[in-house]
Amino acid sequence: MWRYCLLPGLAVWLAAMSPAQAFIAYVSNEKGNTVSVIDTDSWAVTDTIKVGQRPRGIEFSRDGKFVMVAVGDDDTIDVIDTAKKQVVDTLPSGPDPELFTQDAAGKILYVANENDNTVTVIDLEKRARLGDIQVGVEPEGMAISPDGKILINTSETTNMAHFIDTAKRQVVASVLVDSRPRFAAFKSDGSELWVSSEIGGTVSIIDPVKHAVTGKIEFSIPGLRREAIQAVGIGITKDDKTAFVALGPANRIAVVDATSHKVTKYLLVGQRVWHMAFTPDEKYLLTTNGVSNDVSVIDVAAQKVIKTIQVGELPWGITMSPR
Amino acid sequence: MVRWLVGAVGLGLLATPVLAADPIEIDIGYLHRAAIQSTLSLVEQPTENNGVAGARLAIEDNNTTGKFLNQRFKLDEIRLKDGDDVVTAAKTLAGHDGFIIADLPPDDLLKAADALRDRGTVLLNAGAIDDRLREEDCRANVIHVAPTRSMLADALAQYLVWKQWKRWLLVVGSHEKDKLYADAFRRAATRFGAKIVQERTFEDTGGARRTDSGVTLIQRQMPVFTQQAPAYDVLVAADESEVFASYLPYRTWDPRPVAGSAGLVPTSWDAAHDQWGAIQLQNRFVKLTSRHMTALDMQAWTAARMVGEAASRTNSSDLKKLVDFIRGPDFALAAFKGQPLTLRDWNLQLRQPILLADGRMVVSVSPQEGFLHQVSELDTLGVDRPETKCKLR
Repeated sequence: MWRYCLLPGLAVWLAAMSPAQAFIAYVSNEKGNTVSVIDTDSWAVTDTIKVGQRPRGIEFSRDGKFVMVAVGDDDTIDVIDTAKKQVVDTLPSGPDPELFTQDAAGKILYVANENDNTVTVIDLEKRARLGDIQVGVEPEGMAISPDGKILINTSETTNMAHFIDTAKRQVVASVLVDSRPRFAAFKSDGSELWVSSEIGGTVSIIDPVKHAVTGKIEFSIPGLRREAIQAVGIGITKDDKTAFVALGPANRIAVVDATSHKVTKYLLVGQRVWHMAFTPDEKYLLTTNGVSNDVSVIDVAAQKVIKTIQVGELPWGITMSPR
Repeated sequence: MVRWLVGAVGLGLLATPVLAADPIEIDIGYLHRAAIQSTLSLVEQPTENNGVAGARLAIEDNNTTGKFLNQRFKLDEIRLKDGDDVVTAAKTLAGHDGFIIADLPPDDLLKAADALRDRGTVLLNAGAIDDRLREEDCRANVIHVAPTRSMLADALAQYLVWKQWKRWLLVVGSHEKDKLYADAFRRAATRFGAKIVQERTFEDTGGARRTDSGVTLIQRQMPVFTQQAPAYDVLVAADESEVFASYLPYRTWDPRPVAGSAGLVPTSWDAAHDQWGAIQLQNRFVKLTSRHMTALDMQAWTAARMVGEAASRTNSSDLKKLVDFIRGPDFALAAFKGQPLTLRDWNLQLRQPILLADGRMVVSVSPQEGFLHQVSELDTLGVDRPETKCKLR
């Protein structure tokens, strides 16, 4: 079956082949305490990097030279040098960092610290902590608005999306969403904020100006009980037309028409799918499947899973090289 | 050291916006008895704040959320000593609390519920696991957060049957609640296809739980007590009274695992549970109390969080609105069990997955895969709607 999956993938790849197609994906393996490096040319793991305890949130620096990975049980963020493929530094996050985001310039890092209800602000150049912002219980999802003015943090037990003014570093609004909000993503035109709720099993569509929920995406899969459908990771294409939502233990990615907010398709991926990342050309979408210890590769245009790549134990987060 | 330096030069705390109006206060009562049951295992000996500590953490959590909604939560605790009247105390709390979290023996709970019925006060039963409180003795003003004996027994039975350990030797204590637990195991065996090959009663003849050389005696007693049993796969012990069950593991005549009140124990919570974000709650609890979180702590946390959840969803402190929300179809609580907890509308019992823990690790979580249900797989645990004797009044 493995080979069977590979063939159509190869065909697509051959058709689209040009020298600049290879990207590098970094996958955090929560249980393995490693980061798997995937080459999107060969769709193979080329390196496995040892990191601290319980790696989860992971992101490339804007210049592509470093990968930052939150290692929650070590209360820090490891910095991997992508040339050396090893941890070269750590960042002063608060206790139990889980997810983080950076500003457009790549100068400021905002970290959600699950253990003490704060978002920590870090100066990336100086590697210094600039301060903390008090948010709700168990902060998790982080997103920054396209204009950089608003930072979103979701708090899992408070069940809110907090709007933080990045200049004042203050919470300016909080919007209640369904249970256990995990992830937040803006449309690239800034018109909508999407927040997934793991236990609620929905995605709330929020008007970022009015600070109000304007719609809700619900998911239903025949033969699956409602509790098994848990929305987590979200990926929206740059043209704001199509979105992908990871449904956790439902083992599926929902394809959503991002304009009408209607689910158009469910793609079967690996078990307990959490997060995802597009290749920069948006030809492919890679998802982390925790329980099956693999990454699924989705052909974005064809809306098909074309390949599965085995990685480390309990893959959690994923980030793609910017170029 | 890096963090210390950074702290010194950092900007410090950044304030959240100041809200103009005074916060709306929501007071929750907590009513329990001071008496603590002694356990066989010294490490399991409950502390004086067992239960109420969980409620206190939930109040902190509710207040963190409340900051953004201008709501403030407070806990009023009454600890009953021997001879104190439960009704008087319940009425005192009901003077300013719309909700009272109760960790009371079943008859006390019913007395309090009936005394408060006309006031509209709602009791959140965090302690009593008696099925009758949800069945023939159910009350419209009591919401049950604690699981029932039948839910616990069913959770264990599903796992034992999945494991193909279907032949049980049932050992029952001589106290009333041990017998009730045994009833739940018998029912579970019938429901899920296990067979009780023999039943034995362990008489409580009194005696201290702590002695200086008791182990020698126990090592002689337990093998003899479990001798000459018909072929069985697992010994199931019903000993809520903490008289013998914890003495059984490694001491049975036949080399067999123990489950029920010792060995593999069904429970609403365990200090070893770390899945589905539970580690965050465990960390918060240890930080607050400097001890591990027990099942009773979790049941009280859940009760206080239910009120907090209702208050944030309805953006109200109005008792009727809060109760209607909790009893309504939209209520669901995230409580680190991997799926939302909801309320059975026919008897106001909270649906919940049950952990199976061995004292050091969580071995499994029930309902087990494959035990299907037309409404919710959580309803494969405990008394289901078609069987209920409850008529809410």
